[in-house]
Amino acid sequence: MLGLRHYIKPYWKSVLIAPLFMLFEVIFDLLQPTLAAKIVNQGVVERDLQTIQHTGALMVLTAVLGLLAGVGCNIFASRASQNFGADMREALFTKVQTFSFENLDTFKSGTLITRMTNDVVQVQNLMRIFLQSLIRTPGLLIGSIIMSLLLNLRLGLILLGTLIVLVFILFVIIRYSYPLFANVQAKLDAVNNRLEENLAGIRVVKAFVRSDYETRQFKQANKNYAESAIKAARVIAMNTPIVTLIMNACLVGILMYGGSLVWMRSVQVGDLVAFINYVTQVLSSLLMVSTLLVNISQSSVSAKRIQQVLTTESTIISHPFKKDFNIQAKQIKFHRVGFSYGGASHPEEWVLRDVSFETGKGETIAIIGATGSGKSTLVQLIPRLYDVTSGSILMDGTDIRNLPLSELRGKIGMVLQESFLFTGSIRENIAFGKPDALQEEIEEAAKIAQAHDFITKLPNGYETKVGQKGVNLSGGQKQRLAIARALLIKPPILILDDSTSALDLGTEKRLRDSLAKIMMDSITFLIAQKISSVINADKILVMEDGAIAGCGTHQELMETCDVYQDIYRSQYGERGKYYAEQQQSS
Amino acid sequence: MPNSSNPAKNNPNPFQMSNRGPRPGEVPTVRSKNAKATLRRIWTYLKRQRQALWLVVISTALVSCFTLLGPYLIGKTIDDYIVPHKLNGFQLMGLALLGIYLLGAAFTWLQQYVAAGLAQNTVREMRQDLFEKYQQLPVRFFDQRTHGELMSRTTNDLENVSNTLNQTVVQLISSVFMLVGSVAMMLSLSLWMTLIVILTVPLITTITKKITKYTRKYFSEQQKSLGEVNGFVQESISGLRVIKVFGREAKSLEEFREMNERLRSVGLKAQTISGSMGPLMNATRNLTFVIIAAIGGVFSYHDIITIGIIVSFLNYSSQFSQPINQLANQYNLLQSAIAGAERVFEVLDTNSEDLEEKVTVPNKKIYGEVTFNQVHFGYTPDVQVLKNISFQASPGQMIALVGPTGAGKTTIINLLTRFYEIQSGAIFIDGEDIRQLDKTFLRKQIGLVLQDAYVFSGTIRENIRYGRLNATDREVEEAARLANADSFIRKLPKGYDTELNAEGSNLSQGQKQLLTIARAVLANPSILILDEATSSVDTRTEFHIQEAMKTLMMGRTSFVIAHRLSTIRDADMILVIHDGEIVEQGSHEELLLKNGFYSNLYNNQLTQGYVS
Repeated sequence: MLGLRHYIKPYWKSVLIAPLFMLFEVIFDLLQPTLAAKIVNQGVVERDLQTIQHTGALMVLTAVLGLLAGVGCNIFASRASQNFGADMREALFTKVQTFSFENLDTFKSGTLITRMTNDVVQVQNLMRIFLQSLIRTPGLLIGSIIMSLLLNLRLGLILLGTLIVLVFILFVIIRYSYPLFANVQAKLDAVNNRLEENLAGIRVVKAFVRSDYETRQFKQANKNYAESAIKAARVIAMNTPIVTLIMNACLVGILMYGGSLVWMRSVQVGDLVAFINYVTQVLSSLLMVSTLLVNISQSSVSAKRIQQVLTTESTIISHPFKKDFNIQAKQIKFHRVGFSYGGASHPEEWVLRDVSFETGKGETIAIIGATGSGKSTLVQLIPRLYDVTSGSILMDGTDIRNLPLSELRGKIGMVLQESFLFTGSIRENIAFGKPDALQEEIEEAAKIAQAHDFITKLPNGYETKVGQKGVNLSGGQKQRLAIARALLIKPPILILDDSTSALDLGTEKRLRDSLAKIMMDSITFLIAQKISSVINADKILVMEDGAIAGCGTHQELMETCDVYQDIYRSQYGERGKYYAEQQQSS
Repeated sequence: MPNSSNPAKNNPNPFQMSNRGPRPGEVPTVRSKNAKATLRRIWTYLKRQRQALWLVVISTALVSCFTLLGPYLIGKTIDDYIVPHKLNGFQLMGLALLGIYLLGAAFTWLQQYVAAGLAQNTVREMRQDLFEKYQQLPVRFFDQRTHGELMSRTTNDLENVSNTLNQTVVQLISSVFMLVGSVAMMLSLSLWMTLIVILTVPLITTITKKITKYTRKYFSEQQKSLGEVNGFVQESISGLRVIKVFGREAKSLEEFREMNERLRSVGLKAQTISGSMGPLMNATRNLTFVIIAAIGGVFSYHDIITIGIIVSFLNYSSQFSQPINQLANQYNLLQSAIAGAERVFEVLDTNSEDLEEKVTVPNKKIYGEVTFNQVHFGYTPDVQVLKNISFQASPGQMIALVGPTGAGKTTIINLLTRFYEIQSGAIFIDGEDIRQLDKTFLRKQIGLVLQDAYVFSGTIRENIRYGRLNATDREVEEAARLANADSFIRKLPKGYDTELNAEGSNLSQGQKQLLTIARAVLANPSILILDEATSSVDTRTEFHIQEAMKTLMMGRTSFVIAHRLSTIRDADMILVIHDGEIVEQGSHEELLLKNGFYSNLYNNQLTQGYVS
């Protein structure tokens, strides 16, 4: 919680004023029983009607002032907490925007979302409660003790003694119940996991007719959860009765002892009345304390989770040069590049090992290899989605880590394996990288990506809504939109990461042909599974277990590279050779 | 999640999807639609623990009694013993008070102890019912909803019900008892003073009403704004990789800021107004206190009441106003819990798959003859996905389904497994209409390997054993061997006991697929379905998997859907599907001779290097 104090700073005035107001409310509240005692002592016992009237009026005034103070506190507490929450949300969002892909891998996107939504709300609420109740409750507690000590030292000491015992007991209960609640959370997670898996794998469950089995499994998880929750709740159930009993016992003690003091004339009846009220007040604030403690422990978990995000430093930092870089992107060179997603210390376990090659303007460089051979990782290093672990990547002779990040990425159009579309129209999605693009530009990009035809067949054409609440597009259609999105920015470097896998063969061929035309002056990286997709590339990199197993044209590789020949055979067999060569010569 | 559960894949006109059912965006309203019926329904669950329920009610009543007796006795002690200086029986009064408080504490504990179990057990049963319902619902139900939506029914909604049962209900009962009890006690002490205290009630209720009216308006605005922000956050994070690749961070931050500012100002208003409820209630409590002290003082001055009565009243008035303050709050909590329960019941009321429907054909050995007779089907009434599909597969044959994406191949599988029910025509297995077969029995005869190899969290052994739960370790390993999976499993540090995480990310796609094949081998079905089982792996891995599949298909009627025609060249019969119709059928050689759709497709792939 303390780690977030930085976000409280701008509102320090509110943060100070709110408790101050609350302090006044507490003082006014505390005055009431003493004033009531005055009515009894001077008014009733000593028969003075005027004192009753005056004191009554004073009490009304106190109540009104208390109300004003309370409302004031609320205004400032709301202001501080809402602003604090909004700032924190913005800080989180800003932070996450700077995250590298590596950071994103460590935080699952699901937890990032809850951190930015639920957790912020939790902490924000705590802040408000903190500014109100955390002053009010101890204020009333301490104030009541002070007031009672002032009224009568001996009676006051009874109250103080009881409170010390109580605080100790409360501490023990909370100490004991805390691990129980952690256990409940773990059991709840188990229930949710089972459920989540069943929803995701419902077809498998049904196909194997495993409902009974799943139901039994769930029953067990459900039982475990319910039992641990009951156990925890039952421990906490002791809280209220114990606090109430002890406080009431104290009340009886004060009444009996106080009564005898009244007879000895060392205490007035009215003071005894006031005492009884203070004890009741202490009791109700104590009962509040336990709710507060639960709140705090919940929110401190949230605060911790938020802080984790905020203190994570992006692993990719843009080079601070302000100088105008004019990147031509004429040449890219990998020099002994090694990469590991962290963890693996043994270079043999690295995802990429000693990768060196270079390519220049006008070239298409294809990358082929088995799943997991490092193809995607390799291309993701180019726009610095990840940074190399060893070696370097040079663009026009400059290490890309020495280039401004925005400049670098601005030169690269990349189509990721998964084609994610945002909520909005097709037009907005294609124009994502260049929001002010003209309709003609958008259509041109769509035409090259072989998307124009299907878009115009949609009921609303380019204005058709897609994304979470929009129409469902097929995988191939989404891929084509993602390609159009990358083409629109007319990048000097285009990276297609296996982004045509869902296209039928005819469409894919047309796409490749039209790309070849417009990418004459650019560098194209093309990851593919099929020999036919890479056969015409200027250079083919064959990846095997993170290293380059071969590099060259189709012809060269067919003669020199075993892995390539292997892939070739798996797709064409011996018989297919003729077709492949025919294809290449055409 | 595996996108294979999305029927849109096989819908030739996916743009009609929107009228297929509720979209995830439609969130049910917070207010309950039929509170009475829902409450009655919750009652049927509570009823099962009638004893516990009565125990809670009785102990709540007793707690209220003891709580009310306290101030009465204190007042009596002051009036009868302290003021007149009467020693005789003074200590007895103290003991009586202590006894009452002790009993009060004991019953408070009992009440909370029992209520905790009552709430948890009730919700546990509801959760179990919900889960079992999920097991019975047709696949269509899951295709139409997001997981998040269904998850939140079992988590948020039920949690809400549980909290309400645990706290709100007890508080509500106790509020009522305390309200009635304190009025009764006050009346017994002084009629006039009681009337004065009761006069404050309209004051409290008007204030509460006014504020709740305002807050509701601002709160719904706040909720809407928060929903917007959360939605935006969700999308930006899911699509963050795209945002970064396009360098759009600044733009999306700008959009976020705008929404966040809106939330900030709306939230500020909502909090400021709702937060003033606390001080206002405190002030009314204080005012009541003043009225009692001052007017009580005057009454006492005129000897109408005693000091002890003032003391008792000061106590009762707070016990009287507190429940009134809380009632409104409790009512709102109750409302939202009822709405939550309603959403749960909504699922429970959805029509099940009807696994226990009337079965006219007894379970018997299935040889695997499959016949489709003029089958028509559409996911929605207005779009026909399959038109007049007829074919026959003899036991042990391999049938290939070929055709462009969206032609209706997966739909045929969905019908054969009865994930969806046909609308006209009939499907026969061994001459029996599958609608006359027990669904459980039917599915046990069918082994399914899907494109997205789905693995559960658990060990590899458990994942394979999923195919047949009573299989021995040896049988599991034998199945893995047949599926070509044994060698890679043995290379893992923990072998068959390797834990897979929920996403299965510690295995490659191809390895996962081999596991699901092993699972199907173990199940030993008479009919096997391979739906694009190898399209998400590279060609060399595919080669490996195909070897495994050949073993698997031996002696079973198998249906194979594949993009790569090389996979299915050996099929006994190839069905070429286009736009929901069978356009050609026959063996590979026959179809090539026809020089039609298939031969075109095949030659096209051959030149593309797809076919070996």
